Parts: sequence; structure tokens; C-alpha cells
Amino acid sequence: MIDWWQALVAPFPPLLLTVAYMLVFILVLFACVAYATLAERRVLGFMQVRLGPNRVGPQGLGQPIADALKLMFKEMILPNDADRFLFRTAPLLSMAPALAAWAVIPFSEHLNFADINAGLLYILAMTSLGVYGVIVAGWASNSKYALLGSLRSAAQIVSYEIAMGFALVGVLMASGSLNLGDIVMAQQGSILHWYWLPLLPLFLTYLIAGIAETNRAPFDVVEGESEIVAGFHVEYSGMGFAMFFLAEYANIILISALTALLFLGGWLSPLEGILPAHAFHLPVIGVLLGSGAHWFIAKTSFFIFCFLWFRATFPRYRYDQIMRLGWKVLLPVTLIWIVVEGVLLYLQLPPWFD
Amino acid sequence: MTMLKKIRNLVRSFTLSELLRGMSLTGRRFGSKKLTVRYPEEKTPQSPRFRGLHALRRYPSGEERCIGCKLCEAVCPALAITIDTEEREDGSRRTTRYDIDLFKCVYCGFCEEACPVDAIVETRVFEYSFFERGQQVMTKDMLLEVGEKHEAQIASDRETSIFD
Amino acid sequence: MLIQSTVFYFFSAILVASALAMISVRNPVHAVLFLVLVFFTSAAIWLLLEAEFLGITLVLVYVGAVMVLFLFVVMMLDINLAKMRAGFARYLPVGLLVGIVMAVEMAVVLSRPAFDLQKPEAKPADYSNTQELGELLFTEYIYPFEIAGVILLVAIVAAITLTMHKRTRAKRQSPAMQVSADRAERVRLVSMDKD
Repeated sequence: MIDWWQALVAPFPPLLLTVAYMLVFILVLFACVAYATLAERRVLGFMQVRLGPNRVGPQGLGQPIADALKLMFKEMILPNDADRFLFRTAPLLSMAPALAAWAVIPFSEHLNFADINAGLLYILAMTSLGVYGVIVAGWASNSKYALLGSLRSAAQIVSYEIAMGFALVGVLMASGSLNLGDIVMAQQGSILHWYWLPLLPLFLTYLIAGIAETNRAPFDVVEGESEIVAGFHVEYSGMGFAMFFLAEYANIILISALTALLFLGGWLSPLEGILPAHAFHLPVIGVLLGSGAHWFIAKTSFFIFCFLWFRATFPRYRYDQIMRLGWKVLLPVTLIWIVVEGVLLYLQLPPWFD
Repeated sequence: MTMLKKIRNLVRSFTLSELLRGMSLTGRRFGSKKLTVRYPEEKTPQSPRFRGLHALRRYPSGEERCIGCKLCEAVCPALAITIDTEEREDGSRRTTRYDIDLFKCVYCGFCEEACPVDAIVETRVFEYSFFERGQQVMTKDMLLEVGEKHEAQIASDRETSIFD
Repeated sequence: MLIQSTVFYFFSAILVASALAMISVRNPVHAVLFLVLVFFTSAAIWLLLEAEFLGITLVLVYVGAVMVLFLFVVMMLDINLAKMRAGFARYLPVGLLVGIVMAVEMAVVLSRPAFDLQKPEAKPADYSNTQELGELLFTEYIYPFEIAGVILLVAIVAAITLTMHKRTRAKRQSPAMQVSADRAERVRLVSMDKD
């Protein structure tokens, strides 16, 4: 399959091809993001013992398209005394980092856009940029609620980034690499070799910090409907609002993909080490059972589902409790576990660190 | 706070037991049967005493029941009913005008209760709409038409329910 | 080579332009955002120099954390622009003097032969900038590195002790106590007679 594809694209210059791949990927990602909104509404509905949107098309599959069309044709209202340029730029600022981070995500061993050495750092840098969209939107709107929302967001994201960073430090201590591909390969073996087990506290910390970082329930005080209307995007309508919405879901997908890569062995098959080796060479099933991008997608989808599940289950945190959780619970947990992990690494504890 | 309680709290929060309990609840609901009524296809059951759109009834002979006593007009708390009466050629009193303003009506059913001849009734019809202002006023002809259309249903509801 | 210099001049132009804009725009929030752009483009230029670790760290630390807090503070300020510009003519000579001194100092330092570097050889693809840096930091420069770490720690502790003082009169909640409360402390079930 790879061969005929390479023969087909051979006459085109590589730069053009890369750009074409990126465009295709971004389109696919946008489709995923759009359908993540539908998934959210349906999963939330199901958990609340109702059906969710199921009218547009079979099982509501046309709903995202209908929503997109509606939002595109709505007017983008500019508030009084808003900063015109920044008001229009803010949605892009929140969207762009969520897309840019995908550049280094490996889908399988050979399927990625850029295999850079400092991949994990790049991811951390990109996810930390997302806050600008929120802050700029809040400030440019010239609205009290929007400003309050963006201030909350700035404090929250900066706080949780630290716990998140320490969780990542744990991962790169264990794998000895900043390259995402190498991190996944270091987890090879079986489902018990994946880092979720030796780094369990860091795994949970990363997941919680990831939810806070994406401003999702139960950490969605940035939007806080009951207190500050809709927070930073209260003044946005039409496509501007849609961009924020899409950025939020793009970030969810990104964090889910990262959690899958860093702690659940990315594209590695969970059946490795359970099934005998010859099972992976069976004609059709072997490919499905063995490692590959499909496992990565499955794991990512699982975490996206968890995001929705959390939203359906947990009530919103109070703001000071969020800060307490970030600084006084998660941060010490990560620090302690990094020390523990250092000891484990020193002892070369099998099966993970030998 | 005692030491024991501190330790218990610590264990409870770090094992995430409360979170997991919450998630198991929502997780169970995820697969359970949904309560949603898919409205245009499915409808919730209606009581025989359902109070929907109004209708004026006729006797089986075709004679209209309403005798223009204006009890309904008097009892109406929203002043939605307007009635004019006149003597007919055969000497009986009948209405010339019987208007119900559906914007004013609160669907309390008092008119129904007050009517000595079961002329004004509220039917089970609840899906109706207007597109222009003025259409909300149901005139006598319209009310009679509704009554004719749903007479079977109205009559059987009056049979089954426990009107005094 | 052509592509590289095109990219370099592209980013340099943005860098210089946004640096100029940063010191000349009136709105302080715009100035901070231009500073963010400056950091970003200089990170891009560092990437061109194959210093990917430093470049990304610049984005991560300065753009992702420091500038966010900057923006946070600047957004809260209510700056009276007219008042700020009032003493412009009076402070101009002092400012110019400082600027000229700084320019001369930089010229002197940068014209030393130590800065007269040739562009380094391109490294092979598997060369890891991060690893090289790490090895240097934890072998040759371990003591300066540790000392820098301790100084930062002292700064953190100092900042916390300066700002953390228990106001005795202020009423405040303690989330830790609130979350550890359980039902038995808050709810007392009493059985009463039915009438």
C-alpha cells in the first residue's frame, strides 16, 4: 500500500506534498472537532437519560453541519469600544496553537509530520500559548464578564501548567527522551509496561491538569455560566464564537491524544505480550491486533469520552478550590512522585526501568 | 479534627472513590433506557379532562347547544370570552357572536364548568398556531367547526370522565 | 541556503518591526502583545540556528508563562496616557543619555573577537541539542547551574514570605477545611414527634 502511494506522489516536490498532507489533516481534524461537539451533546444527553440531538440526518449526524452553517451566516457583532483588531484576532489565537501542536504528534511509528527531538517541549510550548486567545478575547471585548473570565483563565492555566509540566518531566525521566516517538517506543512490552502504571499519580495529575488547561467542566469557571454569563466569549457571536468552540474541542482532542501517547503507549497494541507473537502475522486480523494508528485513535477516543463523562458527572469547582487543587494537591503529588520515580530509576526497577 | 479522620479523608480523596462513585452513576445511566419522548412521532398520553383548544358543541339534531346565558363570559378570569345574543325567529335565544381570544385565555376550564348545556368545551387539540395578529380570536363559526370535527372524541371524553 | 536566508530576513523584519512597535504604541496591552511577537520571532530565529531547545524554551517560559502574567497585570492597570506623556520632554535628555550609553556598551562588547563567530557547521539529523545542553549543564557547569537554582529558590521563598501574611481581621475561607468536612459535622438528624 505504501509503495503505490509513494509511486503516485513521486513527481511532486516534497514541500508541496507536506503542505497538501497538512491541509488534508487539518480538514480531517476540523471534521473530528465538529463531530466532537455532536458526541458531547449526545453523550451528555445519554448520561442524563435523554437522547440529545438526533433530528438532523440519521442519529443527528447532520447536526454539526447545520450548526456550522447557522453560525457562519450569523453576524459577528462588534461591541462598543472593543479593540477591533484584537477582537477579531482572538479566536484565531486560541485556534492556532491547538492545531500547531499536532505537527509533532506521531500516529504510528512512521506516520507523523515532524519527528523533532524536542517534541514534548514543543507540545508544552504550544499548549501554553492557547491562553492568549482567551486573555486577548476577554480584554478586547471591553466587557466586565469577559475580562473576569479571562483573568480566571490566565491564573488557572498558568497554575495547572506547572503540575502538567512536572507530570511530563516524570514521563521524560522514565523514557529518557523528549521525542514523542521514542517515548512511545520506550513503553513497548505489554499493557503493564505502559507508563500509566508506574507513573499512575502523574497520569491522573496530567489528566486533571489537562481538563483544567482546556477549561472544561468541572474546571470551567472561565465560562462559568452561573456567575459570569459565558466568561471570555460572552461578546462573541457567529463565526467568532464558533472558532472558540472549535478551539475548545481541538484542545480536548489534543490533550486526549497526548495522554494516550505519553501514558497509554500511543499506537502500541494492548494485546502485545498477551497474544502469542504469531497472532500478529495472521492475514487480516493480525494488522488489527498489532500496533498501529487505529489503537492510537481508539485510545484518544476513549479519553475524549472521559472528558465528556467528567462533564456529565462533576459539578463545577469553586474558584479558590481550583487554585488549592492545583498548587496544594497536584503540585506536591507530582513532586513527590518524581522523587519516588528517581529512586525507582536508580534501582532500575523491572519491568519498566531496566 | 482527629488524626484518624485526617487519614480517612486523605485516603478517600487520593483513591478518588467519590469521583469514581459519581462516574459509575452516570456510566450506568449512559446505557439505560432514555426517557425522551420523540414528540411528533410519539406523544405523551392525555387525560380525558385535557384542556386544549375550545369548541362549541351541537346536539345530535344539529341544533347548537349554546343558549347565550353568558355564564362562561362572566366566569372567565381572563375576560377572554365575548358574547352577543339575539332572539332568533323561532323565539329561542342564540348567540350572534361568540369570540374567544386565545391570547387572553388561560385554559382554566371554568367556562366548561360553568356551562349549563355543555356547549363550550375544551378539546384535546393543543397543536395550533397563528401566523398573523388577529387570527388568535376564535369566532363562533370556527369554534363550531372545531366542535364538529372532534365531536366523537369530545362525547366519549365526557362519558369516561367524572364530570358532575 | 536561499530559503534559509529568506526565512531569516522574514523573521528579522518582523522582529525589528514589532520591537519598534512595542516601544512606540500607546496602548500598553498592545505593547505587551508586540513583546510577545518579539519573543516568538526571536524563538523562530533561534530555531534557524538549530538551537531548538532554547528556542522552544523561550516560547514556553517567556511567552507561555511570563508574558501571560505581564498581560494579566497590564490589563488591570488603569493607565492615564495623558499624564504619562506629560513629562516626555523633561525626561527625554536622560532617556537619550541612557540609550546612547547602552548602545555604545553593546557596540564595544559585540565588536570583541569572541563574538566574531562563523556560522557553525550543520549538525547531522540525529544530533540532539537538548542532550548536548543537558550533558554540559550537568557536568561542566554543574555548580553554576545548581547555584542559579538555589538563587531562584531563594527568590521564590522571598516572594512568598513578602506576600504571605495572615491578616487577622480579614475573614477568609479555608478550602482545605471545607472539603474535608463530612456530613456528620454539618447535618444533625433529629427525630421528632409527629404532631
